[in-house]
Amino acid sequence: MNAVEARLDRLRGSAAPRAHNARTISALASNPGCARRAVMDAAGVDKQRVAAHVGHPAPFGQSQFAITRGNAFEAQVKAGGCAQLLRLLRERLRLPIPEVSYANLDDVAGDTSNKVRHARTRALLARAAASGQDAGTLFDHPLLRLRAGGRAVYLEPDLIAFQLRGRFHVVEIKSFAVIDGQADGGKVAAAVIQSAVYVLALRDLLAELGTGPEAVSDEVVLVCPKDFSNEPTAALLDVRKQLTVLRRQLARLDRIEDLLAQIPQAVTFDLEPDAAGVPRRDRRALELAIGAVPARYTPECLETCEMCRFCREEAAGSTAALGRATRDDLGGIDDIGTVLELARGSVPPADHQAEAAAAIRAAARMRGEILGATG
Amino acid sequence: MSVLTALARAQAWQAGRAQPVATVRHVHVAPRPFVFVPLALAGEACAPLAAMAGDDPADPRLLVVAQPRNRTQRFAFAAELGRELLRYIGGFPAGGAGEEGAGAAADRGTAGQGAGEGGEGERAVPPDAPQVWLPNRAGIGFTRLLGRSTRFRRAEGEHAVDPVVPVLGRWLTFLAERSEHPGSCLMLAATEALALHWATGQSPAEDLNLASLIGWIDPPAWTDGREAARAAEDPLAWPPAGPATDPGFDNEVLARLIAACDRAEAGGGEAARAKAALGEALAGQLEPAWRLTWRAIGLLRALPEGGHVAGRWEADRRAFGWHAAHLRDGGPPQPRRDSAVAAARRLDSMERAAASLAVQRALDDPLVMAEHRLAGEALAGRVTAAEPDRVITGPSGRRVLRPLVTVRTHDPVSVEPGTVLAPPGRPNQHARVESVAPLGARGAGMAGASGASGASGASGAGAGAAGETEVVLELSGGMGQRLTPAPGSVPGVGDWVCYATLRDEYQPPAGFPEPEQTPWTHGGPPRPYEPTDEDAREAWS
Ligand code: SF4
Repeated sequence: MNAVEARLDRLRGSAAPRAHNARTISALASNPGCARRAVMDAAGVDKQRVAAHVGHPAPFGQSQFAITRGNAFEAQVKAGGCAQLLRLLRERLRLPIPEVSYANLDDVAGDTSNKVRHARTRALLARAAASGQDAGTLFDHPLLRLRAGGRAVYLEPDLIAFQLRGRFHVVEIKSFAVIDGQADGGKVAAAVIQSAVYVLALRDLLAELGTGPEAVSDEVVLVCPKDFSNEPTAALLDVRKQLTVLRRQLARLDRIEDLLAQIPQAVTFDLEPDAAGVPRRDRRALELAIGAVPARYTPECLETCEMCRFCREEAAGSTAALGRATRDDLGGIDDIGTVLELARGSVPPADHQAEAAAAIRAAARMRGEILGATG
Repeated sequence: MSVLTALARAQAWQAGRAQPVATVRHVHVAPRPFVFVPLALAGEACAPLAAMAGDDPADPRLLVVAQPRNRTQRFAFAAELGRELLRYIGGFPAGGAGEEGAGAAADRGTAGQGAGEGGEGERAVPPDAPQVWLPNRAGIGFTRLLGRSTRFRRAEGEHAVDPVVPVLGRWLTFLAERSEHPGSCLMLAATEALALHWATGQSPAEDLNLASLIGWIDPPAWTDGREAARAAEDPLAWPPAGPATDPGFDNEVLARLIAACDRAEAGGGEAARAKAALGEALAGQLEPAWRLTWRAIGLLRALPEGGHVAGRWEADRRAFGWHAAHLRDGGPPQPRRDSAVAAARRLDSMERAAASLAVQRALDDPLVMAEHRLAGEALAGRVTAAEPDRVITGPSGRRVLRPLVTVRTHDPVSVEPGTVLAPPGRPNQHARVESVAPLGARGAGMAGASGASGASGASGAGAGAAGETEVVLELSGGMGQRLTPAPGSVPGVGDWVCYATLRDEYQPPAGFPEPEQTPWTHGGPPRPYEPTDEDAREAWS
């Protein structure tokens, strides 16, 4: 174990590291400037539990109806050796697929440890990559690994890797509908970036085996229900742009040492659970520990990060808490109090604020003049 | 967004209360609107779970689907909703939806009024139109999908549905599509309509929560907007306003109650009890949003209406009349997708509507105009000198009235001599910029400038207060026929005036080929959309 890993383990404390999945990795990319998130995620901290312990649990829940529906659709597409999926690949995407075998990598003779499963994934994919055989293979639930924040993390295997003539395609099955050829833009974007995480991880794995990145297609296959039915439809989506973004974020995360260097050695997010697993950490102490790692709150955090309610409270009174556009319109001035003082003309603007201050003052004057009161 | 709105947000945070970003109402609020609060089952493309609907705040109609995955029950929901909505729409002359419309309009003796008077070509504009409110934009998205999944159904044949179902689908599609048209008020999202008029001390993302938005605008007496908005985020106190449900409710309450309904399927007292329990739970989830939506309507209604609102509503009434006539005349349902020409035409019309709406709002509302003043596209200030009777010899040798006014303003002036401006509210008058002269040194003594920004807006008699500009304007038009201006048509010394480069002019539509002349590169002439048998029996699972 190297020094970084030891440090990250200390930050996490006694809890087991949280498993990553494509969603958590792609969420890393959503607020790349935030050191708090980078450090907590690199250390595998259970942010939801930490947030709850300081009294700000994230409002993230999943309806069992959505889970059931997702599972049912996936099971349906995969039934009978992925019969529906193969038909889609052949018909919709015109892939010349002669014969296909199906390998479920879910567990290895009952052994479900990540290590064993990853080793098996690796062995099978290596053989497939080397053989270049004509027949295709569907690898269901391959367990991949990705280097993130100075260590290798396992990704929940929520994909199918489809291999044909030595080339791999990532297949993702999602249960949001494509209606008259259109789907919810936000959901598609999320699916695409998650697929990109898998593409990256697959390429990493093949690179270790000496196979170049071209062995994994830039295009992923997204399978969704069509219109209001259960019938699946598929689309090929180019993920090159997302790959670039992800690579950049992961590279930044890899410099986690620089971030760690700025945090006091004593900081830990340990919840100090007692024998029964009940967290006993002093709440104030934990708050201070979190506060010791600088954050960069934006309202987008409310959708993507378990620490959001805590960080929002911390950011109260900042223009960032009012949204990126508002902050930009106020010339990037951080503090609401400062903005209002500049508006009143009660403090002189700093040099770099002069232009913003003039606009703010003009706006304040107009609002006052029209609403009959000075802001 | 602009620095004005951004500042209003900062002020709202400080004050603990939302701040106005409009001085007049920019949306039409119907005297008798219809509110529709739908809930959908999580994970499904468009599975109605429940809804509250109606035009009487005191008497909502509760619709419940006991087993949201059951096709028959879904269509029963659609039929029930259809009858409720068509009863409402049928109350407007021209709103009779034809034979399929279950004769709603005929019952009231109003059917055919629109068509009968105008004939085919020039149809009379209906005197009024329906207005449907949803709590938020996501609700409108659900409405669109519900419209899409019902409008191709047929009342006869193998997969026959209640005849009201396809009519509902066509109205919902029409309303949801129209809601994308800038300035249209036939279907509104309460959050959007409120956000057009108030800035809160939170982010626009948080404003999507109707309860928290109203918490900022109209907090209860015992607390302020910050607290009220936070409290509104508790899903137990304030269930989400749909169409997505609270996952906690799904897992802890809804799943159990739906299962109980399934078990009791056989009928009898137990089934009725299970259904009643489910209905009660769903009513509890819907009721707060129902009340909030009506509150939003009330808050908006209390604002004075902007000058151009009636004109935009007329366009809505006309669109309503057309659609009603189209239904009556047996026209086909809206296609799954627009043809190339129809899509381009729609885009063009939306762009023109957006441009016109932006100008109209500024002309109606000094707070919106202030955005243009900040951008240098308009200026406002006090008249310091006027020559109302100035007459010159025009280019044609005729003597013409051309008064001069001198305006002193704090605004950042970027207009140049020769620019033609117009005063809001006097569309026929033009003001040509003669000269622009900065007074005093800019930037210094800002405290003084700010101090003078009270209601008077003028810095008194002192000449050349810092940062001021003097603009001389030559007026023409809109002053009557004589060589002396009609009373009130030229501002006098001391008057507060505003002149803008904006003008609400009719922009003709871009030239599009007639549908039958669509070039082959764009798919050739579209065939009118004929719903197929496939469409009619499309799965809705
Ligand atoms: S919620 Fe906090 S920790 Fe998470 S990304 Fe935002 S600022 Fe960083």
